[in-house]
Formats: sequence, structure tokens, C-alpha cells
Amino acid sequence: MKNTDRILRIVAPLAVFGALAWLLAFGVGGYTASLLKGAAITLVLAVSSLVLATVLGLLGAWAKLGGGVILRSIANVYTIIIRGVPDLVMILLIYYGGQRSVNHVAVALGFEPFDVSPFLAGFFSIGIIYGAYLTETFRGAWLGIPRGQIDAGKALGLPPMLSFRKVLMPQLLRSVLTGYANVWQVLVKSTAVVSVIGLSDLVGLADKIGKSTREPFVFLVVVMLFYLVMTIVSERGFKWLEHRSDRWAA
Amino acid sequence: MNFDLAFKHWDLFAQGVWMTLHLTALSLFIGMMIAVPTAFAMLRGGIAGNVAHGYVYLFRGTPLIVQTYLLYYGLSQFEVIRDSWFWRPPSYLRKACVEDFLYWKICVSDFIPSLRSAWWCAVIAFSLNSGAYVAEILRGALKNTPKGELEAARAMGLTDKQVRKLIHLPSAIRRALPQYGNEVIFMLHGSSVASVITLQDILGTGRTINAKYYVAYEGFLSAAFLYLCITYILVFLFRAVERHYLKHLNIAEPSAKRGWFGRTVAVPAR
Repeated sequence: MKNTDRILRIVAPLAVFGALAWLLAFGVGGYTASLLKGAAITLVLAVSSLVLATVLGLLGAWAKLGGGVILRSIANVYTIIIRGVPDLVMILLIYYGGQRSVNHVAVALGFEPFDVSPFLAGFFSIGIIYGAYLTETFRGAWLGIPRGQIDAGKALGLPPMLSFRKVLMPQLLRSVLTGYANVWQVLVKSTAVVSVIGLSDLVGLADKIGKSTREPFVFLVVVMLFYLVMTIVSERGFKWLEHRSDRWAA
Repeated sequence: MNFDLAFKHWDLFAQGVWMTLHLTALSLFIGMMIAVPTAFAMLRGGIAGNVAHGYVYLFRGTPLIVQTYLLYYGLSQFEVIRDSWFWRPPSYLRKACVEDFLYWKICVSDFIPSLRSAWWCAVIAFSLNSGAYVAEILRGALKNTPKGELEAARAMGLTDKQVRKLIHLPSAIRRALPQYGNEVIFMLHGSSVASVITLQDILGTGRTINAKYYVAYEGFLSAAFLYLCITYILVFLFRAVERHYLKHLNIAEPSAKRGWFGRTVAVPAR
């Protein structure tokens, strides 16, 4: 039984990859290029929002841990509100509401009003949402490090920056990684929701093409397989990273 | 901004809240029914276990909105389905109705999942999704049950079935409570996808009001506020339940580490 499990662990991902490749090559009749373009947009959106989320998460964690009363309460309000509101609501609010606000500000400053693109709105909303989750991840990782480690660095006479880099950083990375992987996996799936505001990402395109060719099932299956591939690849990638970051740990 | 709109249409929002809660609760309930056998199957391995693993992997690895689309738009591609009972229940079931059940007219066909209706598609998609997530949570908890607990149960002379039902599952559910709380909130938030397939849940109401009065903030902000309230009511409920049921385990985190509204609202663990 163990053996079949092991075979399946290799065969199942290969089957997913294979099915996706086969469908893209033969199943979608002429739409391969546009689907790939959509997939690229999804990927770019996911990666860029992860960057924004990481920056916001670092800022949030820093404000919560080291900030004064004002910074701390701002960070608290940020995480509390964001984690209580669904991503779809956030995206719609930022797209439609953000458009108005941007135009108000632009007109007040004497500029021409301009359009907020669905991509920008999706980028900001997903970045802001997962920044709140990453704030907690980073904060938890920092609090998980025994204070003695900092003292030990001091006792060895290490300058603060070197102590941070050589003593704290490896430990921080190690404990952040699991939470970070979690957030990434959920974030990737969140990007699908951005199609609702008309972004021509993979989901939006597949929906549109599926409706016009009257074969929605095929195109939506392509989307599902694509997301499965993303999940499988990131899972393996993060497992490898975790393995690597465990090198020093006993 | 003019929030009189939201107050003026409080009845629409009340219906929206009802629909969101109804949808979430129903999906979580059906999801639980799916999750328990799935979790045990995964633990046991074999062919059923592999099928269960595949199901969980498929539904946790793809976005909820795509799953919903696949059911609602995708299945209509096939004539077999369009011609079947699941598309439109036969007329004699649609006509078998009770006219005055309290306030509603209820027909037999209302209880047959119809893939043509947005409501049933949402319920089916959300249930399958929630089933997969809960199965994974349960599997972890079942697997982490201390061996001695099960050995003790067997030593007391319980049969395997009794051990599973009376010891293994209850103990695992207790320990899975914090994660299950996350999943409940994840489902609540996920249910906003229903508005995309035209259902009038909280977000659907917000969109309707925005479209009707041509405003940008009011509907969405009211919806966001309602979701926020429901989320934190659920958080506090789960806190209370956890405090009660996990008292003996002594695993409460110090509040300094947990933060204000801490652990309970996090992304579901993968």
C-alpha cells in the first residue's frame, strides 16, 4: 500500500501536468495563445501582489512590535478590518470606490481624472489583504524567537546589524516560511476573484471564451488544472525551501 | 456619502444577511457530512483513501470561484445534463406543492438540487469546497490523536466502530476547533462569491444598491461592515466554545502572543 501511495504521489501530478498540456495543445482550438497570456497575467498579478503584501506585512509587523501607541493602533485597525472583510468585497470597493476617490483627488489637485485599471485595483486589494495576514505571520515569527538569542549576540560583542543578520535572520526565515507558504497558496487562489472586475486574467478569459464558443466546461477545466499546477509547483518549491532552511536546525 | 440609502433599504440587507448565513451554514453542514468519511478514508489509505486524497487535493488546490463557475456555467455545456432531472425536475414534482406552509409555497421539486438554479449550484460548490478543507483539518487532528487514548478505548473492550465514533472523532473534533473556526470564517467570506452568480446575499444586495442609485461606496461599505460584524461575532463565539471545550488541554496561547483578535482569523492552513 505504501508503494501505491508513492507511485500516486508521482503519477497524480504528472497526470495533472499532462492533462493541462494536452488540453492547451489540442482541446481549446486556437485559443491557446490567449489562454497562456491570461495565465501570465494571473502569475504577474500574484507575484506582484505578494511583493506588496510582504512590504505591508513587514511595515505592519514593525509598527505592531516597535511602534508607538499611534502606529500600533493604526496597524491593529488595519489587520482587524482587513481580516473581517471578504476579498471580493475589498476588490469591488477598491475598484469602484477607489476610482471615485482617485478622481476626486486628481481633480482637486488640478490633474485630469484617470482610469484605475482592473489590474491595478486587483494588485492593490490583494496586496493590502494579504499584507494584513503577513503582518501576523511576521509578528508571530519575531515573538517566537527567544530573547536570549539577542542577548547572546550582544554578549558575543556582535554589532547589532551583524547579530540581526547572522543570529536572528536565519531563525526568522525558518519560522516565517510555513506561514508565508500558506499565504502564497491562498493568495494565488484569490487572484481568480479579480476577474469579477473585468480583468482579462485566466479566469476572465476562460469565462469569456467559454461563453462565446459555448464550451464553458472545457475552458474552466483548463483554469482548474492551471491552478492545480500552481499549487503543486509552489508546494514542492516551498518544501524544498523549508528543507534548505532547516540545514542549521538540529 | 449617503448612508441613508443603506438604512432605507435595511430590509434588503436583512434578506442578504439571511441568505449569506443560510448559505454558509448549509454548506458547512453538508461539508461536515462529506468531511468525516473522507478524513477516515484518507487515514486508512487504499483505493478509497486515494480517491479521498484526490478529491481534497482538487478542491483545495483550485479557487472557489472557478469551482462555482464550473458547476453553474460549465455543466450546461452537456446535453445529457440539460435533459436530466438535475437540470429541471419533472413537472409532476414541480406541481406537487403545499400552498400555505407558514408563509411560503413549497414544492417537492424545491428539495431536488437543480443545476439550473444559482442557489443549488452555490450550495453544491461551497459544500464540496468546505468538505475538502474540513476533511484535511480533521485528518490532521485524527492523525495526531495520542495512541494511548485509542489503546485505552480498545482495552475497555470497545469495538473498532465504537472507538471511531465515541473516542477518535470527538477527541479530534475538539482539537480541530481552532482550525475549524478559521474554516467557518473562510466559508463566510467565500460565500460572497454567490453574488457573482446573481444571488442576493450581503454583497449582492450591496451591488444592487450601488447599481440602482449609481453610487460607488455606499453598498459595498455597508456590505463590508456587515461582513465585519458577522466575522467578529463568530470569532467571539468560537473563542467561547474553545475556552469551554479545550479547557482540559491547557493550550490557550498567552494573549500577548495572540494579539487583539488574534489567531482565530487567519488564512486556513494548507
